[in-house]
Amino acid sequence: MTDPNSPPAPLSQQVKIPESISGLEPVRSVRSPIRLVYDFVPSPPVQEYLRSYSKKKILGHRSPIDGAVFVPPRGVDPRHGVLIEESVELSDRGHVGNFCVTHLPIPGRDDLDTPYVSAWIHLDGANVGFLGLVAGCENDEVHIGMRVQAVWKKEEELGNTAENILFWKPTGEPAVPIEKAGNRAWDQTNE
Amino acid sequence: MSAELTAVLGVGQTKYSSTRGDVSIAGLCREAAYRALEDACLDWKEIDAVVIGKAPDFFEGVMMPELYLAEALGAVGKPILRVHTAGSVGGSTALVAASLIQSRVHEKVLTIGFEKQSESNATWALSLPQPFSVSINAGAGGYFSPIIRQYMSRSGAPELIGCMVAFKDRQHALKNPYAHLHQNDLTFEEVVDSPMLWNPIRYSETCPSSDGACAMVLGNEASGDRAENPVAWVHGTAMRSESNNFPGRDEVNPLASRQCAADVFRQAGITNPLKEIDAVEIYVPFSWYEPMWLESLGFAELDQGWRMVEDGTTSLLGGELPVNCSGGVLSSNPIGASGMIRFAEAALQVRGMAGDHQVDGAKKSFGHAYGGGAQYFAMWIVGAEKP
Amino acid sequence: MSKSNSFRDVAVVSVASHQTKILSEVNEVQLMADLISNCRNSVGVTQEEIGFTCSGSSDFLAGQAFSFVHTLDSVGAFPPISESHVEMDGAFALYEAWVKLQIGEVDTALVYSYGKPSAGSIIDVLATQLDPYYVSPLWPDCFSIAALQARLLLDKGLITLEKMAETSMRSQKNGSDNPNAVRSSKDVSFENLMNEPAIVDPLRASDISEIADGGCAIILAAGDKAKSLCERPAWIKGIDHRVDSHTLGVRDLTRSPSAFLAAEKAGINTDRLDLAEIHGMTSAQELILEKEFDLNEETKVNLSGGSLASDTMMASGLIRISEVASRIISGQADRGLAHATSGPCLQQNLVCILEGE
Repeated sequence: MTDPNSPPAPLSQQVKIPESISGLEPVRSVRSPIRLVYDFVPSPPVQEYLRSYSKKKILGHRSPIDGAVFVPPRGVDPRHGVLIEESVELSDRGHVGNFCVTHLPIPGRDDLDTPYVSAWIHLDGANVGFLGLVAGCENDEVHIGMRVQAVWKKEEELGNTAENILFWKPTGEPAVPIEKAGNRAWDQTNE
Repeated sequence: MSAELTAVLGVGQTKYSSTRGDVSIAGLCREAAYRALEDACLDWKEIDAVVIGKAPDFFEGVMMPELYLAEALGAVGKPILRVHTAGSVGGSTALVAASLIQSRVHEKVLTIGFEKQSESNATWALSLPQPFSVSINAGAGGYFSPIIRQYMSRSGAPELIGCMVAFKDRQHALKNPYAHLHQNDLTFEEVVDSPMLWNPIRYSETCPSSDGACAMVLGNEASGDRAENPVAWVHGTAMRSESNNFPGRDEVNPLASRQCAADVFRQAGITNPLKEIDAVEIYVPFSWYEPMWLESLGFAELDQGWRMVEDGTTSLLGGELPVNCSGGVLSSNPIGASGMIRFAEAALQVRGMAGDHQVDGAKKSFGHAYGGGAQYFAMWIVGAEKP
Repeated sequence: MSKSNSFRDVAVVSVASHQTKILSEVNEVQLMADLISNCRNSVGVTQEEIGFTCSGSSDFLAGQAFSFVHTLDSVGAFPPISESHVEMDGAFALYEAWVKLQIGEVDTALVYSYGKPSAGSIIDVLATQLDPYYVSPLWPDCFSIAALQARLLLDKGLITLEKMAETSMRSQKNGSDNPNAVRSSKDVSFENLMNEPAIVDPLRASDISEIADGGCAIILAAGDKAKSLCERPAWIKGIDHRVDSHTLGVRDLTRSPSAFLAAEKAGINTDRLDLAEIHGMTSAQELILEKEFDLNEETKVNLSGGSLASDTMMASGLIRISEVASRIISGQADRGLAHATSGPCLQQNLVCILEGE
């Protein structure tokens, strides 16, 4: 094995530094800031979703193949690559399919106190989960299968953004058993 | 017509560290490439094509760096391809390079993966605001921790298995002069007491962020026969991908992983991986993925992989199936190169050139990489003899 | 090397593409789901039957790291598929798929690529493609760099402003028959083009490709499989790609040696070409390429209008291949050259020779 710290091979031709700069300190690094601006235009399914979201309605997309409901709606059933046209309104209650307790702060989210729980929320009527914050209880009370309900922003603060739901809080209902929680629920009905 | 036999003629790595302030991106790549050529006893001009891979361009802020690197990699006048398959990229890059040989399109190919994280701003790269979703994942760990939690509850594994993996890999790294983390005085207690980042993953159980490049020279059968140094022969290659969020998805043991492994073992004629594979280099960026992948790949029964960690099976010191003798991703992680390092280290094992972290008498080894939401998989099996 | 007769016969059997000024009614995932389904359905293959899938796209173009992960949803990767991705024009993804088919384990491949340049600023994005230490911090825009090249060509007497305008005119006229063309005009006037003010001297607006959002999907098949799927497959007789030096001052920008070399390796020097689809950002670049490929009057260049009419970064090259292939499949042509480029001033080039039977 070569020595990891072995010096690079010598150049075949020595580089001649011009006299005028021969005494200068070499530049060891260059910091070049990059700023790029992109206009993201939401596609119609996302627009429809955001508009409904601003009215505290959560829309999902129902697959034409087998009726599986995806939320948020992306216009395509990823298992088959087919377009989805049918929207369905979902409740704002569901359960925790999966979660973890995060101790790291997120850049740009000073409102989040660490540690916080980020969870995959499986809404009633939906067949996939999406990320959400779980709060309104002690972090160590959160468990797979825990029933939760959305806590929305105040009416006057709602907008066409994904931030309308502040977090998900436990409802106190009996938990969904682990074997039926999250993605396991689909296995059960479609075996 | 059957595929051309492919040999790994040479491997080159840079010392992985948090900052390689002594080289530019081109210099970093060239260092690994130069060493691979030296190991292969070949000159730049004998290379027919170059295949390069790296993680998102946004990290270093250089779009399509293969263009800027054309001269540094001796690619002028040659074909150069740039692969990007998220975290598995180092592995899939090696596979694309191998396919150029297997197809007889080329005879000798230089393949390289790199990342210069010290010159990148990963936070910026990953946090370009996506207006339609809430960002609450503080990093990849936030994504994988829930999956790990599921594994823990499904398998009933003891809580400290993850710490055992982390400790073992860092011990292995002490025997790999190229590894980034050389934690000479690390104790198991220190691993356990390390701050929790995403419960259940502690700081000590996560991969570092490294600068580095890893290169290989691949050749056809004739070049493998002629090689001065021992070569590794490719016995099987496979790639699989699946969507990361669909109803009923098993995130703990993705179908793409199982099918990819089944394919590569079938190609290599292996029916009992535990018995027939001598060394394993798998992509473990968070400790618990060692038992999880061992199960998914078929080295261990479902829900039993953690026992192999607990009883020392996966340790270089006398284990039946040493895993990540190089120290793994947990000890060195230049993202774009990490997959290729797994493939290269697997090759070094069967070439008998893994130095102090050599598994004695290794004849067949397994290289693995994964990426995205555990949805992209690249694997290969290499052997000391021809298949 | 790449035109050796010992290579497996691989053909394009199905194509689908769509380009538009700004993609707004659907997102990229929906666009590609549509194109990919059409492409598969028109030859009656399912995703499960496809042996290998490869795509090309760019994060910088999309404004998101790992952007290609979302588009995997367009393919229907369930059950899991053997799939790879290059951060390059889809033409290079097609090359990777062609190589895979050569190995002999699979008989069909799906290739796709897409881009939404309207979302970002192409001149800022492409500036990051340059040497990050010496050049990119100066933020030279891609049009200025292309203009430098055009200026060199003019000063050396290799092209004229008139020839550039003729090239632009050809693109606009041909493009009027192409629903994918975003800039076209049946009765564009030469005088108007000549009198256009320069955007970046000597390049006028008409000399610079018109960006478009869009995507393309292609299905490749080998040997008998190709014949069973398509009555008149467009056989890939040769395919090769090469790259030149990146440093702009090091090479002669009035030429593209890698384009010449790729064409030679792909086997351009046999028989005549009915058509050629060449990919350049400017009319001046098309003129360079016509020279490197030694195209004569018998070869109809850019019947689609070319990338001048509609330029979807990351897909334009694959679309050139689809334009040649579709004309062969439909019997309009027998033999054609398709070309893709990448990098500043034609730094990297891929040439594909296609032939019907």
